[in-house]
Amino acid sequence: MTDRVPILKIGDVLLVSIQVDLEDQMVMDLQEDLSQRIVDTGAHGVVIDISALEIVDSFVGRMLATIAAISRVLGAETVVVGMRPAVAMTLVELGLSLGGVRTALNLEQGIGALRRTRDQGPVGR
Amino acid sequence: MAQDDSDRLLSLLADGQDDFVARWIRTVTSSLAGRLTPAEVQQDLTELYRALLVALRQGDTATKGEAFGEVRSLLTELSRNRARQGFSPTETASSLFALKEVLQSALVEAGDLATYARFCRVLDDLGLYTVEVHAKAREEIISAQAEQLLELSTPVVKLWDGIVGVPLVGTLDSARTQVVMEKLLQSLLDQNATHAIVDITGVPSVDTQVAQHLLKTVVAARMMGAECTISGIRPQIAQTIVALGIEFGDITTKATLADALRHALHRIEQNGAAAGIGGTA
Repeated sequence: MTDRVPILKIGDVLLVSIQVDLEDQMVMDLQEDLSQRIVDTGAHGVVIDISALEIVDSFVGRMLATIAAISRVLGAETVVVGMRPAVAMTLVELGLSLGGVRTALNLEQGIGALRRTRDQGPVGR
Repeated sequence: MAQDDSDRLLSLLADGQDDFVARWIRTVTSSLAGRLTPAEVQQDLTELYRALLVALRQGDTATKGEAFGEVRSLLTELSRNRARQGFSPTETASSLFALKEVLQSALVEAGDLATYARFCRVLDDLGLYTVEVHAKAREEIISAQAEQLLELSTPVVKLWDGIVGVPLVGTLDSARTQVVMEKLLQSLLDQNATHAIVDITGVPSVDTQVAQHLLKTVVAARMMGAECTISGIRPQIAQTIVALGIEFGDITTKATLADALRHALHRIEQNGAAAGIGGTA
């Protein structure tokens, strides 16, 4: 039995804090849990905190894009927060730009960005 | 036999000193084609010849030995100076090998091939030594220059609350982009900045390579969650960018730093107003 990534609810935002390197099964579980929680809580936003991750490869990059897409279908906007400078540089060197995923510097700004989006109404991308 | 050889070589070198040195200087001066004055060449070579004679007199032909210490230090200085003056290692080494030619007539005519060969080996070793020193001197110059370049590398300045600026001066290569990117991303984090302005007023030309590096920097800053603006694009550079077909995509570009700063402040104001209703950020 593998560990599950905890999903916390703050107001109408769900917070996913990724603390360990993810394996395939954990990612599958996370997608399942998260979509269930979005439906259950009617959350309008998802914040994924990756400040603990020192390595983000194409696998994690794709996972982030997938989660963002799933959430958007369920009516929730996703923001990835806390990316480390080294991680950003590695991703750029790899030619990955996390297209379609919004980012913010930290949790506070991420939640702020989600509030703005909700207040202004959905913004077309 | 070896003792005889070295004795004969020594006496020959000592007897013909003035003549040999004069011919050696002549050969070297003509080969360097006036890039060093004869006086300089004379001083270097006379000292070298004297040191060589002293070393050989001690009966040791191992050039790495103690007897050749003086010769080695003279050659080190000579080779270093030549390296700084832009001579090639071949030129420095052939200055030394010219002594072979000078002695060739004296030794070979006397039928003393063994002595000549032994002497040549000594000179060959010393020649290789000058090449080694030359390479080392050049490496030192290069590393000193690289250090100076890093000192010139870009500071990241805080322009406003939440806005950092990177004034780029000089061309962008991949090593420098790495340093700039590292500094920019770290200062975004440290200053909690949401906007970054990369000012390229000091970048002399923008080709596809430089544009690529700029794009990388902007994309990295974006992934950290900051908005990035490129400013300081001069008219000529704008024309080059279009002529080369470089696409900056949805990256905001402005003509001057002032415009970029105004844009960033405007964006912050917008976001602040929206966030005011929400109550955070």
